[in-house]
Amino acid sequence: MKKPYADASSALEGITFDGMTIMAGGFGLCGIPENLIAALRDSGVRNITAISNNAGVDGFGLGMLLNTRQIKKMISSYVGENKEFERQYLAKELELEFNPQGTLAERIRAGGAGIPAFYTKTGVGTLIAEGKEHKDFDGETYVMERGLVADISLVKAWKGDKEGNLIFRKTARNFNPMMATAGKITIAEVEELVEVGELDPDQIHTPGIFVQRIIQSKNLEKRIEQRTTRTRGE
Amino acid sequence: MAWTREEMARRAAKELRDGFYVNLGIGIPTLVANYIPDGMTVTLQSENGMLGMGPFPYEDEVDPDLINAGKQTITELPSTSYFSSSDSFGMIRGGHIALSILGAMQVSEKGDLANWMIPGKMVKGMGGAMDLVAGVKKVVIIMDHNARDGSPKFLKHCDLPLTGVGVVDMVISDVGVFTIDETGVTLIELAPHITVEEAKKRTEASFKIAKELHK
Repeated sequence: MKKPYADASSALEGITFDGMTIMAGGFGLCGIPENLIAALRDSGVRNITAISNNAGVDGFGLGMLLNTRQIKKMISSYVGENKEFERQYLAKELELEFNPQGTLAERIRAGGAGIPAFYTKTGVGTLIAEGKEHKDFDGETYVMERGLVADISLVKAWKGDKEGNLIFRKTARNFNPMMATAGKITIAEVEELVEVGELDPDQIHTPGIFVQRIIQSKNLEKRIEQRTTRTRGE
Repeated sequence: MAWTREEMARRAAKELRDGFYVNLGIGIPTLVANYIPDGMTVTLQSENGMLGMGPFPYEDEVDPDLINAGKQTITELPSTSYFSSSDSFGMIRGGHIALSILGAMQVSEKGDLANWMIPGKMVKGMGGAMDLVAGVKKVVIIMDHNARDGSPKFLKHCDLPLTGVGVVDMVISDVGVFTIDETGVTLIELAPHITVEEAKKRTEASFKIAKELHK
């Protein structure tokens, strides 16, 4: 089975369906699978449940799928950068499940590692723990959270080889490694797709077993949300 | 004179200790990084997956792959490491971070914190705040003592949805510094020209006055 595909659209061909659950990597707009999100929009698939820390910005990243009303539900920790999201949610056009960021990361890690549930202190006594099983360990109360898996995970890496081995760069790593493990099918887009043997095996962050399809990114924008700089001499 | 944002940040920096790993929230808490005492090693964690945050970049150093949890471009240091979000929250939940400094909408006299949601109005999400207050050893809040309409934010009970229950150890506001522990709330320090009477008038939470109140 060959993992490399010509482009994002062909990598998604035959595996999308209405009502599917996807995961999309990234923190804000850093490390998001730009090509794959655009191709998912173009596929026309609807009623998507999207698991992603954020919801992009208006018209970019997952924001593109909000504009076209392809997303039915989001599972996220923070969506404050997206006005269209807030509007759709307050108008009850969109379902939203807030997860604390660390709980979201751990739910995905657990899902990918075959762990159906775990206990955490995070959120005990708050809205997000309501209706969930609680248990005391060593005198402290914990809440049970379930592992998460997806029909398709869309991840972004810096370098990848044709076996699907991935290396991430700086803070663009974020949710991508866990999401790669939690997709029934994981598609990676990489800035540099290289031959097997060109990556140092000791430096690989995500082993190829977690990646079923891989593409080379094209025309990445890599937008910056908050460009903050200092001036020389200050 | 009540403390300014910078003065609150400077006061919060007094809670830093050499060797601390620290997570600073968005807004005023971020300013605390400007007041780390010379000669003290404090490592800043950014929950999106970085330890050892450097200053903002020069214009020609800006890298879209290098941002902090506020989505601002930043730089790395020689000591920096990068990791996944699950490793990052392993550090936080696992109690490896010594101190977190965060903002608040409301704090209660039992140390409850509300800072993520106003029902029907503001839908942004908690981000990493619930994990931070549940897992970090010491939680310090920097906030304006009163809301814009003058109503108190330091209350007997929070009426906004909570971020955590009994998680706040210290409140630093424009009025002064309060500690919260099993014995309740104690006023330990007043901003210049603020009297105990004024502090009481502007606070709904009940508090004791420290024997050696710092003025």
